[in-house]
Amino acid sequence: MSKRDGVLVALAGQQNAGKSTLFNVLTGARQHVANYPGVTVDKKHGQYGDDVGTVYTVDLPGTYSLTSFSLEERVAREFLLGDRPDVTVNVVDASNLRRSLHLTLQILEMELPSVLALNMMDVAEGRGIEIDQAQLAQRLQVPVVATVGRKGQGREALRQAIRGESARQAETPKPPPAPVDYGQLEPAIAQVQQRLAPVKAIADLPQRWLALELLEGDTQAVSILVERLGETAARPVREAVGALIDAFEQRQGIEISDYVVGCRDRAIERLLKGVVKGADAGRTTLTERVDRVVLNRWLAPGFLLLTVFAIYQVSIVWGYELTTYTWPFLAKGRELIAGVLPTADFLVDPYLRSLGLWLVDSANTLLNYVPIFLGVFACIAIVEDSGYMARIAFILDKILHRFGLHGQSTLPLILGGVFAGGCAVPGVMATKGIPDNRARMATIFTVPFMNCLAKVPLYTLLLGIFFVEHKSLMMFYISTMTIIFALLVAKLLTKTVLSGQETSPFVMELPHYHLPTFNGVARRALERTWQYIKKVGTVVLAVAVVVFVLLHFPGLPDERKAHFAQEAEAAIERFEQALAENPYRDLATGANLVPLVNYYTDYKRAKLTASGAAGSQRVTERFKERNAAFYPLVKRGGDRDARQAARALRKLAHERRALRKQMREERITHSVLGAIGRSMEPVTQFAGFDWKINIALLSSFAARESSVATLGVLFQQDDDENASLEERMGEATRESGATALLAVSMILFFALYPPCLATTIMVKVQTGSYKWMAFAIIFPTLLGLGVASAVYSIGNAVGATGIEAMSAVYWGAFVLLLIVGLLSDRKASRLLRQRFSPG
Amino acid sequence: MPKMPARGGARTLNDIRPGGRVRIRRHHSEGAVRQRLLDLGLMPNVVVTVVRSAPLNDPIELKLEASNITLRRREAITIEVTSEESES
Ligand SMILES: Nc1nc2c(ncn2[C@@H]2O[C@H](COP(=O)(O)OP(=O)(O)OP(=O)(O)O)[C@@H](O)[C@H]2O)c(=O)[nH]1
Ligand SMILES: [Mg+2]
Repeated sequence: MSKRDGVLVALAGQQNAGKSTLFNVLTGARQHVANYPGVTVDKKHGQYGDDVGTVYTVDLPGTYSLTSFSLEERVAREFLLGDRPDVTVNVVDASNLRRSLHLTLQILEMELPSVLALNMMDVAEGRGIEIDQAQLAQRLQVPVVATVGRKGQGREALRQAIRGESARQAETPKPPPAPVDYGQLEPAIAQVQQRLAPVKAIADLPQRWLALELLEGDTQAVSILVERLGETAARPVREAVGALIDAFEQRQGIEISDYVVGCRDRAIERLLKGVVKGADAGRTTLTERVDRVVLNRWLAPGFLLLTVFAIYQVSIVWGYELTTYTWPFLAKGRELIAGVLPTADFLVDPYLRSLGLWLVDSANTLLNYVPIFLGVFACIAIVEDSGYMARIAFILDKILHRFGLHGQSTLPLILGGVFAGGCAVPGVMATKGIPDNRARMATIFTVPFMNCLAKVPLYTLLLGIFFVEHKSLMMFYISTMTIIFALLVAKLLTKTVLSGQETSPFVMELPHYHLPTFNGVARRALERTWQYIKKVGTVVLAVAVVVFVLLHFPGLPDERKAHFAQEAEAAIERFEQALAENPYRDLATGANLVPLVNYYTDYKRAKLTASGAAGSQRVTERFKERNAAFYPLVKRGGDRDARQAARALRKLAHERRALRKQMREERITHSVLGAIGRSMEPVTQFAGFDWKINIALLSSFAARESSVATLGVLFQQDDDENASLEERMGEATRESGATALLAVSMILFFALYPPCLATTIMVKVQTGSYKWMAFAIIFPTLLGLGVASAVYSIGNAVGATGIEAMSAVYWGAFVLLLIVGLLSDRKASRLLRQRFSPG
Repeated sequence: MPKMPARGGARTLNDIRPGGRVRIRRHHSEGAVRQRLLDLGLMPNVVVTVVRSAPLNDPIELKLEASNITLRRREAITIEVTSEESES
């Protein structure tokens, strides 16, 4: 049958049965695995070799059945129908065989050669369930293999069964007999089949299956028919089917699809009689006992808070502590690179040097988060794998649903950083699993409002400058306002632009608890962190280069350059005069001058960053080694002449710094980016943003992290200065009349600001449309600018302080949230009362 | 908890308190929702136990033979049930 080289194998099964795990076991690939239904949404490809040849393997999304109602089911079904895999590995949860076999029967009805993988055998055994595999294989006419995906057990047996089945299929391509007898419906099936049999256009499709689907009224089956036959030829068939449906439903008083499910269920009951022993439904499982406590009405919120707090503690608090150990490595790296790059001139640095250091600094800022990311992602992996994530959805669905989101929005929001800091990229990615399309879209657009880790540095910076006294209150506002804004925006969007989107109910399985495996958790944490680093490596660095160029181009006009050169000349001359009588004169001037000044600034910086007496001692040793002759001129004390020379040197270094600073400011003012920033001032002035802030916010679109980096450059320090960015910015902004109110305006704008570039790309992937991607950029920009302007202008008009403005915004939003929530609750219960009248 | 109109006196899953065991009689939902309910094992004649409702009363958790599932009250209200003993 197959004209391909190699064998095509599809893994199909119900959600959370362990398909992806077995896919990884078979192919050695790293497919995303989680104890959460609906993790795999697209199909994934992989391959492995056995002693005969290559086996191409496809991991399909989990589907409870093969109708065409949901996206995953359509993806899976289209693949099975269209690509006709040589072997379909039907992965079933051995501990829940009865439900799993519904899908198995549908796969068999599609006449797909298959192998039954009885996965989760460990769980089944743990519950005392015994399965007579030989008997099951005999009754189903399908090879059966027992596996424990998590431990890699059963891999060889499964590979062999796949090979065996494909070989058998190649010899005798005969489908197994129909697995289910539909009793009263059989005559109708036979009639439809008769009509379909002579039609060439559908000869490649399994006829009995198609007949059954048509009778069940499956819309996709109907459209296949119309597509293949054409509208006119299909009409009589459809009419005949319609008549059969009506006749059957009249006679039996039951809808065909219900009847079909019932027949399958009875067939399964017969199939399992004597095959499965010990499935004692009455026994309380460990999961139930745990849930009695964890989902207890009064205790559940406490456990949820505790979990969130634990995640916060482990990833953010300990993660930050870890960075104090990892940062020195990054700093060391910078120093190494700085040593290799061409050395600084007196006034201007060679481009290679400034660009090189610029890139290193940008990368370092980001790499600094790696320990935190590892922590966040490991925690989330544990919560996912254990099965608790589904419980979080259960607990929170009511609130989320009221605002147009979905219980399953929880995972994306947590990944995005609702509680503890995260990243919108994996957050938006995780929206795939949400079955309700409207809620999914709303989630995609609200995830970027979360506190992604990259927003944190800007917040910390601003709090450090303007809110020293109210730091903890501001921190509380900032870390909880995300969810308030997100809920309000979600509600707004679902009521407006998203109101036309398809919705679907919250019906989800609560998986059994699993103990997360170390490997699984570590692997996922590393994988997601790696995604992040890749983003650093590509997007952020590319943007850093662009920003660098925009900041340096077109550079200072010639006459200004000449002016600064002259000033520098004068400073050097003064230095030389001061040293005229000094024995160190030859050492300090001429060709030695620039190296000496660099040596001095390097030394000062090293001394300032050195920790403790021992560290300081090491710096001394290092600089003595670097240049023993210069050393007397930079150290404290020394003979009279040395002291005099050192004084002159310090003065020169100061003058150099002042000149460089002035030059940089003029250069930025003249630069392209400066012009863009200034051209935005007429609009952003209402929010209080001057051009420098505009530039920072612009560059943060590239990656949020850049905002602080860019601010850092705009308020750049000179080499030997060691004021923190807080001090520098504070000084500079206060000079220009900035207030805490401006900081609030910035914080609000930043909280509502559009997703970064990488996230926007993810939005495009997830929504599949550029239109929505553009929306994801424009809407938050307008919203952010609107809110920031309102707060700044009104705050200025009434003379509010920063903290007053922030409190007003926060509690205002909070009250609005309560009102909206209560209103939609009343509406919901009214609807519930009206909607249904049985009998 | 929202009350059911007494029309016809039919009980739905929404009326069952935690701990109650009932037999599913029929679905009043349609399309994807109905299919999902059936797929998860909520077939006519199946006996389910209402385990609990979420802290905010909605959604509810059901126990089936080998799995636990959760659904919102607005879906529960579309599932008509009878007492456990009555077999149809
Ligand atoms: N105890 C046990 N757990 C398993 C076994 N196989 C998989 N798991 C776990 O079951 C959970 C679900 O596994 P996945 O491979 O993501 O399931 P899936 O079928 O791909 O799920 P979807 O893509 O969501 O449809 C994970 O937590 C796995 O670690 C097994 O044989 N025994
Ligand atoms: Mg999967």
